[in-house]
Amino acid sequence: MSKKFWEELPQGSVVLEAGSSAEFKTGGWRSMRPKWIEENCIQCLFCWMYCPDMSVKVNAEGKREEFDFDFCKGCGICALECPGKKGNKAIVMEEEGK
Amino acid sequence: MGKIVAVTGNEACAQALKQINPDVCAAYPITPATDLMQRFSSYVNDGKVDTELVLVESEHSAMSACIGAAAAGGRVATATSSQGLALMWEMLHIAAGTRLPIVMPLVNRALSAPLNIHGDHSDGMGARDTGWIQIYSENAQEAYDNTFQAFRIAEHLDIRLPAMVCMDGFIVSHSIERVEYIDDADVKSFVGKFQAVNPLLDIDNPKSYGPLILTDLYHEYKRAQHEVMTKVPNIALEVAADFEKMTGRKYGLFEPYRLDDAEIAIVVMSSAAGTTKDIIDNYRDKGVKIGLLKPRLFRPFPYLEIANALKDVKAIAVLDRADSFGGYGPLFSEITGAVMSMDTKPAVTNKIFGLGGRDYLPDQAEKVIDELIKVAETGKVENIKEYIGVRE
Amino acid sequence: MTTKPLKLRELAKGEDRFTHGHRMCAGCGAPIVVKQVLMATDYPIIASNATGCLEVSSCIQQYTAWKIPWMHSAFENAAATISGIEAMYRSLVKQGKIEDKEVKFIAFGGDGGTYDIGFQSLSGAMERGHDMLYICYDNGAYMNTGIQRSSATPFGANTTTCPAGDVIPGKLQHRKDLTRIMAAHGIPYVAQASPANWRDMMKKVQKAFEIKGPKFMNVISPCNRGWRSKTNDAIALSKLAVETCYWPLFEIENGVTRVTVKPK
Repeated sequence: MSKKFWEELPQGSVVLEAGSSAEFKTGGWRSMRPKWIEENCIQCLFCWMYCPDMSVKVNAEGKREEFDFDFCKGCGICALECPGKKGNKAIVMEEEGK
Repeated sequence: MGKIVAVTGNEACAQALKQINPDVCAAYPITPATDLMQRFSSYVNDGKVDTELVLVESEHSAMSACIGAAAAGGRVATATSSQGLALMWEMLHIAAGTRLPIVMPLVNRALSAPLNIHGDHSDGMGARDTGWIQIYSENAQEAYDNTFQAFRIAEHLDIRLPAMVCMDGFIVSHSIERVEYIDDADVKSFVGKFQAVNPLLDIDNPKSYGPLILTDLYHEYKRAQHEVMTKVPNIALEVAADFEKMTGRKYGLFEPYRLDDAEIAIVVMSSAAGTTKDIIDNYRDKGVKIGLLKPRLFRPFPYLEIANALKDVKAIAVLDRADSFGGYGPLFSEITGAVMSMDTKPAVTNKIFGLGGRDYLPDQAEKVIDELIKVAETGKVENIKEYIGVRE
Repeated sequence: MTTKPLKLRELAKGEDRFTHGHRMCAGCGAPIVVKQVLMATDYPIIASNATGCLEVSSCIQQYTAWKIPWMHSAFENAAATISGIEAMYRSLVKQGKIEDKEVKFIAFGGDGGTYDIGFQSLSGAMERGHDMLYICYDNGAYMNTGIQRSSATPFGANTTTCPAGDVIPGKLQHRKDLTRIMAAHGIPYVAQASPANWRDMMKKVQKAFEIKGPKFMNVISPCNRGWRSKTNDAIALSKLAVETCYWPLFEIENGVTRVTVKPK
């Protein structure tokens, strides 16, 4: 006999898969979008350290790459904290969808 | 056969916990349960158990620490009474909803106000809907025996629910009675090794306990929780059968006393059942066909089984050692619930007795029985609910 | 275990133990605090979490942002809950039922769950001497329920329960100095930190993990919804709080106070 829907629920509502929120995309919340301007990037990684949404991708060498737009909520902390190069920001915020 | 001793209910329960040797106990003192954990503390400090005893700053933290410890993955116990249980109230639901098999002797005591330290069931009845298994004990022997059985039921892999083992404050917790202890080796094999389910301490397989569950799943989780409770009676009977094999002492979902040919019956829980049985014997000697039903498992409540046991009686008096102000006593509500499924609808009365430790004396039982005889004859109940033993 | 070097390039190569897909508001300070705390060490960590924004947004139905064992049970009991978990760990290790893996225990709570409703539970756990680190992310009000005053709300602040009205201009009371109250418990380590000063904060976490016994850290955590600020200024404001001495960065190790960051 097949089990009822509620019989399949995990006992005590325990979540068994660690980090499963990665399946829940929050990128759709964004109204502003960070733009990475690589030539102005000094790879300080402040954007990575201060991102509340773990949405700055870093490669095996420890260098930042493109944003993870599946999760970036567009808060703009990265852009504000970006020191840039010679006064030119490596991250700027743009209106989403434009 | 185990050793025969003269001990109080608290002492017997503390001995049971010592023999079970839980991994963690977190507790806070409260009369009349204080003495239980106090005795257990000396077992800890004398190295007689392996338990980590967490001496918290409140019952709320006691239950919170028990919940953390149980989720971590080990055997957990605590004990409390009255206000202590009331302070735990929030956490009782969380222990049950999280399916953590914590075992807690509850030394039943009245709730404030006015402040009172003596025995009644208002604490336990207030926790009726928390999702805990509740087992009520008549005397020290039963409290001792039920403690072992509670661990087996609570920790059963098909159950995994917390359980309270209730005994009457002072009347049982502080009275010295004859108790037959079970040998340590027998306890060990009866209770068995604790089996962890999704332990937090399994750090290589991280789990998250306590998610937010909103409208799309909460209802289903509660449905599942109810289902687990419905499995408890069968498991409790299996465990009781094993227990009987070990000790010769028989336990059921409830205890019927001279009920087979009874025409009238009293339903009463815990220590008051002992007094009532004596009076019933006197009436039996006079030819009155009266019996008693003493619920043992109050949650889950065995409605159908109790209905079947009471199917031939004409009138029932339900004695509640707790009240629901503006409503009927909690046990009365359950018994009338059971009566609903019966073809014969006996007349049922409700007597509130013994609040705040007020003595339940033989003459109170006699008055109830005399009235019950009349009710059975006439089929009429004048006052459904009435206080007995009250000064007027 | 050797203390992990705090170089951004190296840290960035590591795996997050608190991951994306959580549902904290855009620009919230709390997830920055959590990621920095968990990143500071490679020790295995088990955490408890008081009910609040962090808890309610990080574990919803089958979605958890936590990659460490984590438990939420109620609002006022993160400290008591972790103390039970820690006691079970000690018990099972002592009995040889599990291996000692040098597990570290953390409780996270907001200021509501720490300064107010969870204060007794926190005080009790600290007094009992559990080997645990309590981290308060202090955003200065009950943000989860909609910006009501807490005892961490600063004097004069406008909240939904102490609104700046025609007669009463806002909160009339000063903040409770919780960090010093925790220090008065005589516990071995107490500190204040800010996510803007990430290296300072992570050093404090590292130090805390090398000390046996109860530790407490109070971390400022801007809330743009409650503070009516912008979504991009959590770090800027937590930096400003340090520079203006609103949120001094210091540690109290075995009773000795040391300012760890001196504002210019």
